[in-house]
Amino acid sequence: MSGDLNPTSGVALVTLAKDIRLEWRSKDAINSMLFFALLVVVVFSFSFDPNAEESRLIAGGLIWVAFLFAAVVALNQTWARELRNHVLDAYRVSPAPANSLFLAKAIGNFIFVALLETLMTPLFIVFYKLRALGPSWQLIPIAAFGTWALVVNGTFFAAMSLRTRSREIMLPLLLFPISIPALLSMVEATTAILTGDSNPRFWIVLLATYDVVFTTACLALFPRVLEAE
Amino acid sequence: MTHHNASPAQSKADSDDSANIAVTVTNLTKQFGRFAALRKVTASFEGPKLYAILGDNGAGKTTLLRVLAGLVRPTAGEVSVLGEKNPRAACHRFGYMAHPSLLYDELSGLENLRYFAHLYEVKDPRRCEQVIAAVGLDPKLERAVGQYSQGMRQRMSLARALLHDPELLLLDEPFSNVDIRSAREMVKLLAAMRDGGKTVFVVTHQASLLDGAADEFVWMQNGQIVNRTPDRSFMETA
Repeated sequence: MSGDLNPTSGVALVTLAKDIRLEWRSKDAINSMLFFALLVVVVFSFSFDPNAEESRLIAGGLIWVAFLFAAVVALNQTWARELRNHVLDAYRVSPAPANSLFLAKAIGNFIFVALLETLMTPLFIVFYKLRALGPSWQLIPIAAFGTWALVVNGTFFAAMSLRTRSREIMLPLLLFPISIPALLSMVEATTAILTGDSNPRFWIVLLATYDVVFTTACLALFPRVLEAE
Repeated sequence: MTHHNASPAQSKADSDDSANIAVTVTNLTKQFGRFAALRKVTASFEGPKLYAILGDNGAGKTTLLRVLAGLVRPTAGEVSVLGEKNPRAACHRFGYMAHPSLLYDELSGLENLRYFAHLYEVKDPRRCEQVIAAVGLDPKLERAVGQYSQGMRQRMSLARALLHDPELLLLDEPFSNVDIRSAREMVKLLAAMRDGGKTVFVVTHQASLLDGAADEFVWMQNGQIVNRTPDRSFMETA
C-alpha cells in the first residue's frame, strides 16, 4: 500500500486512513462539530437578525469564529482516541517517524473541518441572506489556507495539552491567542470579498505565510512533544 | 571482577556471556516528583532467557519495563537495550506489551495488526494472521476489539507485540484476566520463543504460571532488585 513512498509519507497515509476509518465508525468528531456549528448559526441569526448589508459586514467574523469553536471540538477528539488504551505508547515504541503521526492528524482534521465547512456554508448563506459582491472564487483559497492554519496549530497544541488534566480548557487557551493573526486575515479577506470594498490579496498572502511558518515550526517541535512523558 | 587473572578459557566464557547480554542497567534511578520508582538499580540480563519480574504493587516493575522500552527517561543511570544506549535505537528489535491493550477499540484485531505492521514495515502479508493464530485467536474474527473479552484483548495485545518478530519481549502483566488454560498456552508460547533465541521479560503477579518455564525470577521491592533466583523458593521464605 505504502511500499513506494518514503517512510514518513507512507506511515502518514496509513495513519490517515486508519483515523478516517475510526471516525467513520465512531462519528465522534463530525457529530459534535456539526451540532455545535449548527447551534452557533441558528443562535446568532436569531440574536442579530441582520439585513443583507449588515450581514456582509459581520458574516466573515461569525463564520470563522463558528468554525474555530467547532474545530476545537474535533481537535480534542483527535488525540483522545490515541489516549484510550494508551495506543499512543504503541506508536511511541515503534520505529515510525513522529512527524508522520502529526501530518496524518493534521490532514485528518483538515478533512473533517473542511467537510463541516462544506455542509455549513449553505446554511450561513440562507440564514444571513449572503451574496458576495467581490470575486467569490477567492473564498476557496481563504477557506483552504484558513482551515489549515486552524488545524495545524490546533493539532499541535492538542498534542501538547494531552497530558494535562484539563486538556479541553488548555487547548483553546493555547490555540486562540496564537490563531489571532490567522483569524484576522480570514475575517478581513472574507469580509473584503463579501462587501467587494477592497482586494483580499494581502490577507490571503499573509494567511499563506502564516501557514508555512507554523507548519514548519510544528513539524520541527512535534517529535519532542511526542517523546514527552 | 576477576578478569585480570582469568584463564584463557574463562576469558572466552566471559566474552561469550557479554556477547549474549540483552539488557544492562547501571545505577538506574527514576523519580516521579518525590517518589522514587527505581533506586539505583544495577543488573544485567543475558539472553536468550525468560525472566519473571515479581514484586508488590509500586515495587518498580512497570517503570523498569517502560524505561527499557524507551517510554520513560531515567532520572539518573544508564540503560543498554540490545547493545543500544538509547532504547529508541533498538525499537524495531523489541516488542512491548503494556497493561492497557495498546489497541484501537473500534477496529478488529486484524485491522489493528495491519496498521501496526505498517509502522514496523512488516512485509509478509500473512504475518498478521499468523501471530493472531499463534496467540490462540481467530484471524477471521470481524468483531471490534472493544467487544472482545478482557482475556481476548490481552492475547491480541501479545500478538501486536510479536508482530515484527522481535529479539526481546517486554511484557507487562500478560496473563491478567486471562483464563488459566489460555494463560498456560501463552506461557508455552513464550517458552518456545525463548527456546527459539528470544529474551523475554514478564512482569506478573501470577508467578506460579511461570514455574518450570522461567529461567530466573527477579524480585523487586521499593524500586530495587532484591533477589534473583532460578525458582520461587525465595518467595516462600520471604
